[in-house]
Amino acid sequence: MADTVKLPEDSFKPITADDRAALDSEKIAAPSLTFTQDAWRRLKKNRGAWISLIILGIIFIMAFGSLFFSPHNPNAVNPSYANLPSKIPGVNINGFNGTLVQAGERVDAYKQAGASSLHYIMGTDYLGRDLFSRVLYGTRISLIIALVATLFDLTIGVTYGLFSGWKGGRVDTIMQRIIEIILSIPNLVVIVLLILILKPGMTSIIIAIALTSWVNMARLVRAQTLEIKEQEYVLAARTLGESSLKIAFKHLLPNLSSVIIINTMFTIPSAIFFEATLSYIGIGISSPQASLGTLLNDGQKNFQFLPYQMWWPALILCIIMLAFNLLGDGLRDAFDPRTKE
Amino acid sequence: MAKYLAKRIFYLILTLFIVITVTFFLMKLLPGTPLTNQAKLSKSQIALIYQQYGLDKPVWQQYLLYLAGAVKGNFGTSFQFSDQPVSYLLSSRIGPSLQIGLQAMILGVIVGIIIGALGAMRQNTWVDTTTTVVSILGISIPSFVLAVLLQYYLGLKLGWFPIAEWGGFIYTVLPTLALGATPLAESARFVRTEMVDVLSSDYIELAKAKGLSRMGVIYHHALRNSLIPLITIVGPLAVNIMTGSMVVENIFSIPGIGEQFVKSVLTNDYPTIMGLTIIYSFMLCVVLLITDILYGIVDPRIRITGKAN
Repeated sequence: MADTVKLPEDSFKPITADDRAALDSEKIAAPSLTFTQDAWRRLKKNRGAWISLIILGIIFIMAFGSLFFSPHNPNAVNPSYANLPSKIPGVNINGFNGTLVQAGERVDAYKQAGASSLHYIMGTDYLGRDLFSRVLYGTRISLIIALVATLFDLTIGVTYGLFSGWKGGRVDTIMQRIIEIILSIPNLVVIVLLILILKPGMTSIIIAIALTSWVNMARLVRAQTLEIKEQEYVLAARTLGESSLKIAFKHLLPNLSSVIIINTMFTIPSAIFFEATLSYIGIGISSPQASLGTLLNDGQKNFQFLPYQMWWPALILCIIMLAFNLLGDGLRDAFDPRTKE
Repeated sequence: MAKYLAKRIFYLILTLFIVITVTFFLMKLLPGTPLTNQAKLSKSQIALIYQQYGLDKPVWQQYLLYLAGAVKGNFGTSFQFSDQPVSYLLSSRIGPSLQIGLQAMILGVIVGIIIGALGAMRQNTWVDTTTTVVSILGISIPSFVLAVLLQYYLGLKLGWFPIAEWGGFIYTVLPTLALGATPLAESARFVRTEMVDVLSSDYIELAKAKGLSRMGVIYHHALRNSLIPLITIVGPLAVNIMTGSMVVENIFSIPGIGEQFVKSVLTNDYPTIMGLTIIYSFMLCVVLLITDILYGIVDPRIRITGKAN
């Protein structure tokens, strides 16, 4: 107890500004990140979401690029080359080398058709149309429908939700009742009814999907708005005399953006799914237009003998759905600061 | 509770009333007449047919008549099968749809719970990875693609199940699998997330500290508490199954209401479409009502008192 600790004299010298700068503990090692940058960094760490983003990018580029560079005309009918299986040059695996099993024997379908020099990556359909080009074309139509429907969904859903949440009280109650009524009819039934009235076609599918899919967005946005509008900064803005519209755009929307983005990622695949279902039933896109749903429907008729005609569109459809779902999951984690790393 | 129930049933009736009204007037907006060969019919013949179907009356009278009929479960006469009342047509078809839908729901939810719980118990191992993969695949693969694949590989290639027929239980296996995939995936994902949350809570630590066995902790504390919120997704799952059934019933040729809906749409059989819309909404409303009430019973924290929080 009586021992005194001997400290060297120089421990008590005040540190200079230079010393302080050299101290590691005072340094902020990482650059400070904004919320978006942070989310982006976390998204990149999520391998599934990152790969999905890249795959979606490739699919988008190919689907829309095929407007300008299509390997074949997706609507060019060529009966003599009908039902050729897929043939990828340089790949000699059964199923990808242009051979077919006919009457128990594997034959080169391209030779039979007199087209040995040609190759169709995904084969051709029953009218001899290049399946690859048709899949690209169908993907494009499916994506356009999904994106336009989502755009409507964004505008209607976000506005409805914002308005309902911001107004509150009686207006909110009535608006929520309306949503409950819409929710109590299965979506597909409403879509089918709307398409019947609007005549089948791409526009009516877009309208029908748009008119039914905003409900989820509206509910989410409303719930968030109810929370955000109680925050001090909103109160401050109101006290300073900002108009409601300006508060909505400057304070509410930016804070809602993550909810909106995440929900969009789930709206797109469900729109693609609805479109595919409708086209598959036969009240969606009509020929010569094609979507992934119609291609699946066509392919399914010959599935027993020419399985590739359904496998390819099914594969692409599943990849798109999977990628959007994974990306949505990744974004949800990225935008949620509570996510454990 | 009684007050809440009365309120909910009032809203249910109001919802159905609105659904009936909107579908009725939407159908009146449809272009064209129900007659296939109008040009070949004389005026008096048309008048006779219109009279037979009650189409000669003013629209508001037709509406009131329809409404009065709908209350008694009478949805008019089918255009497609000219002598069959819609209610008769549908009542003979609702059984198969209900059977497959319920089977798919039960199978999906039970297997989903098991898979989800396993994933949460063995977090960040290969079991968990499998859970994630199964759930994401189940959500991403459309039921009709799965249905065709099942039909081909399990039905045609392996010959384990009948392909497209309706009969006993064996005929329901493939459609049930095809329809149950999405509920399975959704509930597996839901249960996993919930249970991971629950497993890190204090009362689980306490249960472990008490010296409960691992299974005891999982069964008595973790599983029960993670299953309660699962009730909330039963409604959306029911919608999913109804939607899926329209295509899946077609693929497997099941004489259900989903198949009838598609058929009616393709043949412009408006009375049947209307009847089906009302039936679908009714079923969904009932499912939502039951799940809400159940949720209140199971979770004492949100017991329904009729007071708004």
